[in-house]
Amino acid sequence: MKQPDGTSDAELVRRCRDGEAAAWEELVDRFSRYIHAIIVQAYRLRDHDAEDVFQDVFMKAYENLGRLRNDEALRPWLAQLTRHACIDRLRAGSRTETAEEVDPSGIDETLARLDEALAVREGLERLSGDCREILDRFFTRDESYRTIGTALGIPSGTIASRISRCLDRLRDEIAEETPALPRLDNR
Amino acid sequence: MSEDDIERLAELLRSLPPAPAAWVRAAKELPQTRKELDEIVVRAEQDAEFRRALFADLESSLAAAGYVSDPTMLRALRERLSQLQ
Repeated sequence: MKQPDGTSDAELVRRCRDGEAAAWEELVDRFSRYIHAIIVQAYRLRDHDAEDVFQDVFMKAYENLGRLRNDEALRPWLAQLTRHACIDRLRAGSRTETAEEVDPSGIDETLARLDEALAVREGLERLSGDCREILDRFFTRDESYRTIGTALGIPSGTIASRISRCLDRLRDEIAEETPALPRLDNR
Repeated sequence: MSEDDIERLAELLRSLPPAPAAWVRAAKELPQTRKELDEIVVRAEQDAEFRRALFADLESSLAAAGYVSDPTMLRALRERLSQLQ
């Protein structure tokens, strides 16, 4: 999928293989939220286990990018690496109590939701700076109207209406670029 | 946009909060970490005394050699060194 900066996942993979440090950093920025969410939301790993798996996934990705057969399949490949790393960690026995708590059917639902969330996130990244900043601060950083207003230098009384307008733009952006995800109008 | 739409978008946005900044920073530094790993393995292959020290006490011998290690690096290095045994 094309990203806000116009770089597709396949192009990013190619640049990483060429040893471009900035490309690797972009790959980490693009997928760190997604990988983190799989680890802590789908598999409920915590603390050091979560951090170890997070780093192991990126290490394996870095070492094995050359073996990726379809460069466009970067996202599902990273998701698979993350799932396997989480399962290995749970099986290792250090967190058996967590392993018993993980519901396999719940994992599939969570992974499907995170795929949708990533499509929405990519839509968010394509929005203008103001909208991207306001929606990110409000929804993913849990900041108050006052905090957002102070940070962005806009009256806090206008934040709610700006959020509403920006959500409209986000919905339109998603519908235009990825009409299948999520089907907000059909719900 | 209906209330349901807004709730759905909000839920999906909330599903991807930022990963801890320190984790992201460490992941971005992996190319450098990998380079150091390669250096250590090459030295271990060529220097029997260094290799013995690594097998005896990995963390201490790395620190003595001037490397700053973290759990990810140690796991990766143990895997690589196991192939030298």
